[in-house]
Amino acid sequence: MQKVKIDVRNLNLTIGKQQILKDVNVQIPDKKITVILGPSGCGKTTLLKSLNRLIDLYPEMKVTGSIMLDDIDILHTKEDITEIRKKMGLLSQRPYPLPMNIYKNITFGLRISGRRKKRNLMKRVEHYLKQANLWDELKDRLKDPASCLSIGQQQRLCLARGLAVDPEIILADEPTSALDPISSTAIEEKFLELKDYYTIVVVTHSLQQARRIADHVIFMYLGEVVEQGPAKEFFENPIEERTKAYLKGLFS
Amino acid sequence: MAKFKNIEEKIFIALMRLSTGIIVFALLLIVFSIIYKGLPSLSWEMLTQTPKGGFYFGKEGGILNAIIGSLYLSAGATLVAFVIGFPVALFMNVYLIKYKRFVQMVRFFLDLLWGVPSIVYGAFGFTLMIFFGMKTSLLAGIVTVSLFIIPIMVRAMDEVIKTVPIGLLEASYSLGATRSEAAYKIVLRQCFPGIITAILLSFGRAIGDAAAVLFTTGYTDHIPTSLGQPSATLPLSIFFQLGSPIAEVQNRAYASAVVLTIIILIISILSRYFSKRYEKHRINF
Repeated sequence: MQKVKIDVRNLNLTIGKQQILKDVNVQIPDKKITVILGPSGCGKTTLLKSLNRLIDLYPEMKVTGSIMLDDIDILHTKEDITEIRKKMGLLSQRPYPLPMNIYKNITFGLRISGRRKKRNLMKRVEHYLKQANLWDELKDRLKDPASCLSIGQQQRLCLARGLAVDPEIILADEPTSALDPISSTAIEEKFLELKDYYTIVVVTHSLQQARRIADHVIFMYLGEVVEQGPAKEFFENPIEERTKAYLKGLFS
Repeated sequence: MAKFKNIEEKIFIALMRLSTGIIVFALLLIVFSIIYKGLPSLSWEMLTQTPKGGFYFGKEGGILNAIIGSLYLSAGATLVAFVIGFPVALFMNVYLIKYKRFVQMVRFFLDLLWGVPSIVYGAFGFTLMIFFGMKTSLLAGIVTVSLFIIPIMVRAMDEVIKTVPIGLLEASYSLGATRSEAAYKIVLRQCFPGIITAILLSFGRAIGDAAAVLFTTGYTDHIPTSLGQPSATLPLSIFFQLGSPIAEVQNRAYASAVVLTIIILIISILSRYFSKRYEKHRINF
């Protein structure tokens, strides 16, 4: 197997009395698209948010186990969590552009980490907007508020904004569920282009989407990891009964 | 059945129209009666002069002392309340986001404080003054009034800030923002119009309150030149003039009320203008 980027060991997570993740052990390969697949409410999003410790924001959450990013256990590290989070771009279910103009949206991450040279910033804005296929649409509107963009444009802006801080990993939580089919396809194609440079983790409940983009699949059901492995084997020769049933569409 | 529902709908619409009408009518009635009684007495002299001898018997002079005094007092108190209250509102919603129950408790206590009548704050401010050996002064008034409006300011801001979706915080953290960067650079921008409204609301309460300043700021015919001096305020000016048996002085009380209303109007228009400038950046989630 290829190099492992994120190694989750014995992860248990409870909210109040409810156990959301049960003894999760998964390996996320470097520079591939890993798809976390499963029906709604199975803990996919929670697992994703554990990876950059956004679970810190939620009340009554208890976590045990470890999440190794390269060689750091991000659940127990004494290192600054903001530095670790910066390595992971996040694309959420619906876009959350920052309440400022388009240019500032992309440069926000750079400016807060002390990179303020105007000319460099402008170059980066152009580069990352091109990466997200937004440059031609937006090059004359950089001073417009991000709130006036369409949802599909906002999501691509969020992608550009995330890429601009040089992450190693892209975490995407059902990134296309609020988008129209054309914008969705654009995002999926972007992931396929980007996977040579980034480790991409995509949460989805769409089997079709998983088939289209996955290199590696993690199938979850009711807080447990049922099966994981390379996409080809997962879709062609699933081992577990529950996986077979899910792939046949017996439940979703 | 459908017919019955139709009738029901019509009755409720009628009720809502009626209550809206009552409120608008009451507001118009207040404004109209103040203007009707006050406007004839309102003169340039009244706005630009301090009381001369015999002002309270209907002779010449004006209420400039109370206008300036009220502006000093409410601006001071609003500033102090903002400096204390704004970080509290951010702290509750950004730093303490994980501690929902604790924040709920803080909200409960703030609501209790909001409900305490201003005369109680006045009495409390008075005991503080005695304890520190202070005389009635602008400073004592500012401290008391700011205590009185801090809960209003915090809760009004809190109501706005808590509508910021957690996804926006997640997005800022994922870009490497610290909590204070998320609070002061993102949440502040997103809530800017609401925060302005909260400040305005507090300012309105500060400038309109008579009970909290009665013992603490005192009353004087001079414009205060330092924080240590007592100061006149518009509500007390209205109160004293209205208590006079002389008709002309009573009319001046209404004129003072017109001035107070106009000040509040100007401030709300200004704040609307400033918050509009940021409104366009607000993301509608």
